[in-house]
Amino acid sequence: MDIPYTVMPRRDTGLYNAKLGIWLFLASEVMLFGALFSSYILLRVGSYPGVWPHGLLNVPVGTVNTLVLICSSVTVVLGWAALKANQFAKYRKIQAITLACAAMFCCIKSYEYYDKFTHYEVILKDGRVIDGHLVEKVGGGQMVDGRRQPPEAIVIHGVEFPAEAKAAGMAKVPLLHNLEKASGHHLEHKEFRIPWSDTKKVQNYGPWHNTYLAIYFTMTGLHALHVIGGALVIGWIWGPGAAMWKTDPERYTNRVEVSGLFWHFVDLVWIFLFPILYLL
Amino acid sequence: MSHSTKTAHAPAHEAHHSGGDHHDPGFWRTYVFSTDHKVIGIQYGVSSLIFLFLGFLLMLAMRWQIAWPNQPIPVVGGLLEAVLGQPASGGVMGADLYNSFGAMHGTIMVFLGVVPLGFAAFGNYLVPLQIGAPDMTFPRINMASFWSFLIGGLIMLVSFFVPGGAAQGGWTSYSPLATTIPTDGQTYWIIGMVFLITSSLLGSVNFIATVIQLRAPGMSWMRMPFFTWAQFVTAFILLLAFPPLEAAAVLQLMDKVAGTSFYLPTGLISGGKLADISGGGSPLLWQHLFWFLAHPEVYVLILPAMGIVGEIITNNSRKPMFGYRSVVYSVLAVGFISFIVWAHHMYLTGMGTKISTFFQTTTMIISVPSVIILTCLFLSLWGGSIRFNSAMLFSLAFLPMFGIGGLTGLPLGFNFSDIHLHDSYYVIAHFHYVVAPGSIFALFAGIYHWYPKATGRKMNELLGKIHFAGSFVFMNLIFFPMFAQGIAGMSRRMSDGGASYMVNDATADVVGRLAKSVIDANIGISTAAFLLGVAQIPFIINFFMSLFRGEKVTSDNPWEATTLEWQTPTPPPHGNFPGPVKVYRGPYEYSVPGATRDFLPQNQPSRA
Amino acid sequence: MSDNKAHHGHGDHSKTYWLVFFALILGTALTVGAYFIHFDTIFLTIALALAIASVKASLVAGWFMHLASEQRMIYTILGFTAFFFLVMMFLTIWAMQDTPKPIFP
Repeated sequence: MDIPYTVMPRRDTGLYNAKLGIWLFLASEVMLFGALFSSYILLRVGSYPGVWPHGLLNVPVGTVNTLVLICSSVTVVLGWAALKANQFAKYRKIQAITLACAAMFCCIKSYEYYDKFTHYEVILKDGRVIDGHLVEKVGGGQMVDGRRQPPEAIVIHGVEFPAEAKAAGMAKVPLLHNLEKASGHHLEHKEFRIPWSDTKKVQNYGPWHNTYLAIYFTMTGLHALHVIGGALVIGWIWGPGAAMWKTDPERYTNRVEVSGLFWHFVDLVWIFLFPILYLL
Repeated sequence: MSHSTKTAHAPAHEAHHSGGDHHDPGFWRTYVFSTDHKVIGIQYGVSSLIFLFLGFLLMLAMRWQIAWPNQPIPVVGGLLEAVLGQPASGGVMGADLYNSFGAMHGTIMVFLGVVPLGFAAFGNYLVPLQIGAPDMTFPRINMASFWSFLIGGLIMLVSFFVPGGAAQGGWTSYSPLATTIPTDGQTYWIIGMVFLITSSLLGSVNFIATVIQLRAPGMSWMRMPFFTWAQFVTAFILLLAFPPLEAAAVLQLMDKVAGTSFYLPTGLISGGKLADISGGGSPLLWQHLFWFLAHPEVYVLILPAMGIVGEIITNNSRKPMFGYRSVVYSVLAVGFISFIVWAHHMYLTGMGTKISTFFQTTTMIISVPSVIILTCLFLSLWGGSIRFNSAMLFSLAFLPMFGIGGLTGLPLGFNFSDIHLHDSYYVIAHFHYVVAPGSIFALFAGIYHWYPKATGRKMNELLGKIHFAGSFVFMNLIFFPMFAQGIAGMSRRMSDGGASYMVNDATADVVGRLAKSVIDANIGISTAAFLLGVAQIPFIINFFMSLFRGEKVTSDNPWEATTLEWQTPTPPPHGNFPGPVKVYRGPYEYSVPGATRDFLPQNQPSRA
Repeated sequence: MSDNKAHHGHGDHSKTYWLVFFALILGTALTVGAYFIHFDTIFLTIALALAIASVKASLVAGWFMHLASEQRMIYTILGFTAFFFLVMMFLTIWAMQDTPKPIFP
């Protein structure tokens, strides 16, 4: 039994089935990411004035990632164009670059996530706040009664916000960062060795730390899952699935086109994610 | 069902082994991991009927607690305690267990019962047949959609047995309550929902692409049966409305497992102390994203049912559908407007008057196309030669029942009257009228109507009429008094049935107390609920017995219907139509003056 | 041919793709550059960032995804999608803004 219009387009719609299918799926993805963007706007607009963090993300690294995705976008369409011109070997090479770009994007993203997970905010019992990168955790880590023991001390390389700075009622570290920038002050970066017993709260810059990081990790995480998923599909078509080029080249080209459309959508989402999360 | 009458491909598994050939895929590929839309439709149908039954049982347990609070549940009380432990200690339904049953009753009925039955089961089986296609455009994605649904459903069921029990924050899962209740059940609910939403999305893509691309030659848009139109619009609603709920669910999952505060406001007090969260979130954000789906979802519940009723009424009246064009435009309008009415579920959240008025206006507007559809279905009966079989009885009852459900929605749609009625038993009565004696009646009708096509045997008519009579009477005895209870001020989701709010001597003058008669009505309602369960027994017996003992049909088209699904062998083979299909006329050419028979099948060539 | 469009010369298409690529690089540079300009109102900052992003998105959608020469059915589907997305975003924002503001003691 053959399903019609798998390869040949239907006359009145001008589409073959998979192309219609992928655009329908992309429409649903627009609603998915659209809901997340709307959530971002609502959370930001609803936040207390001044606490929304600025400058927490590394702009040059994000820019590189943007350029990497743009490269992969052009290679994906050039690869398809090569297939349309019957140049399978050229498609193979170009699409390999796409996959390499995808891998690079994921590596850079992993580095960014790691950077956040090793960035700590330590609130001391006397009200001071020390904010910076983890150098080491000294001691601790053994399992006692099913609970992991805290370290004896934590070494942070960063800045110290004096206790008075936290006296501004709702003051939070992002607010302190912003205040620091606005006042033109420059707090000294040095290494702090903090005994665990002096700490009131130790938390790294994960999604639990503030709403901005929560939406950052969620949106970029979901986006990264789409990058991985898209790369797997493109990779499968490029690799094991390439056998179809010999038996049904037009259907194979359609598969490349359809997976390319998904890839471009992933790039589209990043085009909006980058300025909204990194720059605004 | 189709298996017992399948004659063509008797198992000869070892004979043909031309790798991947269509000749004999073997038992597993034919009946379990099938990509054939009819098999998938039946899989969805059987699974959803089982889930409907489970949801019904949950409700019966709840109704016991409502009518006879804190009394051990007879027969099953001991079983519940044995299986669930402390929440059902002494065979009595504790308040937490009541809440989890309530949340899961709603979730299971909506997402695992009515939608899979109405949209996925009937839609999968019939839509390709009705448009003259050999299958769906993406058969393998179709199969993936069913298995994703089943996995999601199983995750939901497993959640009853995790520490803390199943989700307890209502099927609406409002945060912060949903994530602050100390149970893993909510996490399972969220993950189950993600599987169900995935299944839905895959299905919607398939339905829409199939209707657009695979209509047979001559099957123009305005020659499609109303059922297919209804499924098409439903698929669009699912495609575009579900993703925001998926986003919301991801955010809620992050709140639950990753300690984020998407929906948790700053200063939240939980368990008597300040919650250790980052704050900055908004509970209203969940409500908006949830209702953005959940309102269009109710049209997902009703549109396939309207489609089924349309087919059955025209067929059993031997008359064309009155106002087919209006009905088509109306169903498109309903689908479109359903996206812009959602906040009428949120009138009491402190929204301002301007935005409330906007949603009130769109809510009133959407009643217009709904009424057009209902009116046209009513008018389709006028002057007809009516055949009162079981399918027709259920379809006829659908009309006034949906009418009551729809009309009682109006005071809820006006924000001033909703202030009194919001979250009361009036709301429960309203939506159950539309879904229970509404949609579910239509789905029963569909089973009686299309059973012969899938199995080659008719269901027993006497049992069908007993099923109908009992269901009709008891549905009304259950839900009609709830309107009065709601107007009297009885809130929903009370595990003791409102007993603690009952007026007594000390509170005789206190506003907001419930009269004894209001509470006592619970007893009648619960009794009717049990009897409704009894009334389903003839149906269950009929469904299975007719597979083996039902009256065999003597033709492929026993109801003498015009639509294409009846112009196929019984049951339809793989590929559906023996030869190429060409459509010559519209879907309801019944009693055409001058014709030799009182119906003209869509694919019958016209005499020159 | 599996493609309904008229058979374009493939060399021409490649040139378009490269042009779009360089436009996207330029757009990225502009976006990052705009980051360093301080506008009087936050509104202008957001408007500019979104405007540049929208132009980049249109380039990807129009030329890489071939939307500029797609079929009407796709435009219809995307049109409804865009409408519902805007509805979801703006009505939700309006609903959360149009609230009587509580007065704290």
